[in-house]
This record gives sequence, structure tokens and C-alpha cells, in this order.
Amino acid sequence: MRIDKDLVAALATPLVLAILAEAESYGYAILKRVRELSDGEIEWTDGMLYPLLHRLRSLGYVTEEWRVSPEGRKRRYYAITPRGREVLAEQRLQWSTATEALERAVRRLELTGRARLGEA
Amino acid sequence: MAASGLEARIAEWRAHVERGRAIDAEDARELESHLRDRIDELRAAGLDDEEAFLVGVRRLGAVDALTREFARVHSGRMWKQLVASGDEKAPRRGNGLVPALLIGFVAAAVIQVIRVTTIGTLAGGFDDAVGRTADPTWLARNAGLVVSAAIAAWLLVRRRPGPSVVLATAMPFLIVALWINLAPFRSAGSGADPQTLLLAAIHAPIACWLLVGVAYLGLAWREPARRMDFVRFTGEGFVYYVLIALGGQVLLALTTAILVPITPGVLTPLLEWGVLSLAVVAFPFAAWLVELKQAVIENIAPVLARVFSPLFAIVTVVAAGVYLALGATRPFDRELMIVFDAVLVVALALTLYNLSARTPGRAARFFDVSALVGIVGSLALDAFVLVDLVARIGEYGWTANRVAAAGLNVILFAVLAGAAVLGVLHLAERRPIAALERWLMATLPAYSIWAAFVVFAIPPIFGFR
Repeated sequence: MRIDKDLVAALATPLVLAILAEAESYGYAILKRVRELSDGEIEWTDGMLYPLLHRLRSLGYVTEEWRVSPEGRKRRYYAITPRGREVLAEQRLQWSTATEALERAVRRLELTGRARLGEA
Repeated sequence: MAASGLEARIAEWRAHVERGRAIDAEDARELESHLRDRIDELRAAGLDDEEAFLVGVRRLGAVDALTREFARVHSGRMWKQLVASGDEKAPRRGNGLVPALLIGFVAAAVIQVIRVTTIGTLAGGFDDAVGRTADPTWLARNAGLVVSAAIAAWLLVRRRPGPSVVLATAMPFLIVALWINLAPFRSAGSGADPQTLLLAAIHAPIACWLLVGVAYLGLAWREPARRMDFVRFTGEGFVYYVLIALGGQVLLALTTAILVPITPGVLTPLLEWGVLSLAVVAFPFAAWLVELKQAVIENIAPVLARVFSPLFAIVTVVAAGVYLALGATRPFDRELMIVFDAVLVVALALTLYNLSARTPGRAARFFDVSALVGIVGSLALDAFVLVDLVARIGEYGWTANRVAAAGLNVILFAVLAGAAVLGVLHLAERRPIAALERWLMATLPAYSIWAAFVVFAIPPIFGFR
């Protein structure tokens, strides 16, 4: 099952913030982590991650710093800010509220469906 | 493929990425580091250099799409270039100089017709020739309006937005023009000082500047983030116009020095026909220059803002200190109110252009602090005057001029107070600088809306006097 494009777009911000909340990271590693976490179901064009990271930076959710990685490659590392953590908590609440509502609606559907089967 | 072949292909790819100016060198380096990580991984999985490079580039995404996405985040960068992506794709429409000049000459002709039919010449003789009194208020009523309409018209010709944007720009212009020419203002001829007429004439172009913004941005006007582009356009246009005007004065001085000794009578027609017309044509011409040169010249307005914001901070703090020490004991008058409006406008402009000069993510603490000091200093100064105004208003009463000046003052005060709070929060690293920008952009229409109020509501309230 591949996750729908619009849903991925909406999920991208909290997902990236959550990954950065674990530890600071750079673009390539963030994408790898996204793949791991979703068993490869969530994927987007690699390059598109960077405009997103830059937007989060200008919103003040993350900070950035150029550093040389252990392998000797220059990389731009991103770290989450306290404001970023607040936004993550808020978005997480929104997502769980949304999925719960969907879950309940579907469960009702199943229950009423079963009830109708019982009547018949 | 040898390792050097791979390097050559990566370099080629990077040059292609950097050609779209939305992606700067640092971003390109970041993307390249990503590409190299990907290629390493693919090679470790057994692909050869060629395959690894092709797959890696493909995974990064099409360069066009990438450029567009970067452009949306960094609109400030994009502003410096003419077209969003790929110069080849944009239809060739010339560079817009011919329409700018044509529109400019039409506007100049309109102004000249108004001048000839209502004033005649400054040297007099109109009263005898036409049998009516010369009335300079007609020129005052329409000058600002015609000029801003000319700029809006040129932007519409250049942008070619849909009919809804054209209508949304043109209709309000028409309404303002009809009102300002047909409303029963008492004009100079009736003896009294035509206060509301002059107020309406001054505020009409400010009200209409919002419409120029609509013409400039089209439907993107609804996004506060995009309004910064219009602020840049305005600031740089202003700088260009001032430069043109300075050059024009030198030219005029030379012309006068050459011609007047031989033909003494030449000065008046020269001013009335030549200078007035060219001053009008220079407006759409300056707009054209901004559009043409934004890619070439580094934005002037932000540079000026950076030079002057520390100086302005010092001036306001010293002035506030002087007021505090001596007490604001001078009786309130309108001139003083307007001076303080001007101080707040300067503080606002410096803040705006400081913001537009920022590179996101790069600290500019010195300029942030000096802009903040300038805001706080001018707010303190203004507070003295506001307190004075409130205390004495019973004594002096409200006139149209005082309402207009005080209303503008209150709006500017509120906007700048909000900006000061957000500026402090930014320096304390509690809020991003983007919050300040959002606040200033969201409040941008307030000035034009207030100006529209002065144009349409204040004259009837004060009986058009």
C-alpha cells in the first residue's frame, strides 16, 4: 500500500520534526529514517525535502549548521528548536484526533452493518 | 565510467541546478552532498557509476520542479530575477519599455489637458482668455491618481492577469476618480481653506496603492508572504524615481542656464510642458526600471535601510531623551502631528526593508537590535504627542486635518507596537523573525483602507469644507 500524495504532504512536517526531536540529522539521513519508520510506504522525491527543511527553518522550528560528518563529507545538520517541539506536540494531537475520529466512524459503520445483518 | 567521469557529471548537474537562481550555492552544495550519499549507497549495492548517478539524480527529482519548490520558499531570491523558471519558456514580449513610455505619455497628456483647461499658465492670462478663475485644485485632485493609475496600467499590461484582476484593479480606480472629481468639495474659490479636498487628494493615491499591489501580485495578493515582493517593488521604485528626479533637476538647471539668457520667456513653458510631462512619464518608467534591473542591481532600498537604521535609532533615542528632559510643553499643533506621523512612517519603512534584506537563517542581530531601538524610540516620542493630543483635544476641537493625522498615527502606533513586541520575542528566540514579517504583511492593507476612509468618509462628515 502506497500512501496518497496529499496525505504525505500533510504528514511531512510533523514527521520530519519528530525525527529531528530524536536527534539532530541531515537530509539524506532524515529520508532514510522516514523509509525505515514507514517500511517504505511513505516516500517522496528526495529533493523536495530541502525546501521543506528551509521552510521549517524560516518558521523557526529548526536551526541549521554546516559540519563535516565522520565520513569527511560537509553536511548541513538540522536540529529542532523548543518552538519546533511545541508545534510537533500540537500537530501530533491534531493527527491523533483526526485518526481517532476516522476510527470511530468506521467502527460505527461496521457495528451498524453487523446489526443490519442480524435483523435480516 | 571512470571516477573522473562521475565527477564531471556531478559538476554538470550542479551547474544546471544553480542556473535557476532560486537555488543558491549553499543549497546546491547541500543537494550535491545528498546526491553523493545516494550514489555511494547505490554503488555499495552493486550499481556502476553511470547507473548510480542516473538513479540518484532521478530520485532527487526534476530540476524544474525542484527550482519551483525552492522558489516558493525563497521568494526573496526569486524577486531578483525576472521570470520564475527557464528564460526560454517565457513568451517574448519585449522588455516592456514601449508600453511604459506609451502609458506615461498618455498620463502626461491627461495631466496637461487638466492643467490647460483649469489653470492655463502660471504666468496668468487664463482669467482673461476663458473668463473663469484659474482653479489649481483640479490638478491636485487628479495628479496622484493619474500617476498611480499609470503604474497600475503598465503592470497589468506586463503581467496580463485574468479579467477578474483587471476589473478588481480598474473599478475601484474609477470609483475613486469619480468621487474625487464629482463630490461637492468646497474649492479654493469659495474663500475658505479647502481642507477636506486637499486631504482627499493626498490620500487618494495612498488608497489606490493597494490596487497597484493587486495589479502587481494578481491573485497572489491574498498571500501575505507574497506582499513582501510588492513592498520591495515600492521601495526600489521610490529610490529610482528620486534618482531620476535628481538627474532631471541637473538637466533642467543646465537647460535654464543655456537658454534663459537668450530667450528669457522660455522658463515658464519649459516647466509647464516639459518638466511636468516628464515628471509624469518618469513614474511608469521607474516601475519599468525596477522590473528590468532587479536582476542586475542589488536591491537598493534594503541597503539604505541597513545604513540608516542604526543612525535613525540614535536620533530617536536622543530626541526621546530631550523630550523627557525638557517635557513636551509646546502646545499641540497639526504640523507637529504630521512630523510624528512621518517619524513613524520612517521607522516602519526601515523595519520593512531591514526584513527584506535578511537572508533566512542567517543572524543579523546588530540590525535587528537597531531596528528595534528605532521603533521603540519613535514610539516613545510619539506617545508624548498622543498624550498631548488627548489632553488638549477639548481645547482645540477636531478638524478634518487632525482626524486624518491622528487616525494615521493610531494605526502606525498599533502596527509598530506589535512589531516591537515581536522584535523583542525574536531577539529572545521565542518567536521566529517570520512572525514579525507576517504581522507587517498582514497589516499592510490597513494604511490604504484608512486612506480610503479619509477620501470617502471624512469629507461628508466635515461638510466637504
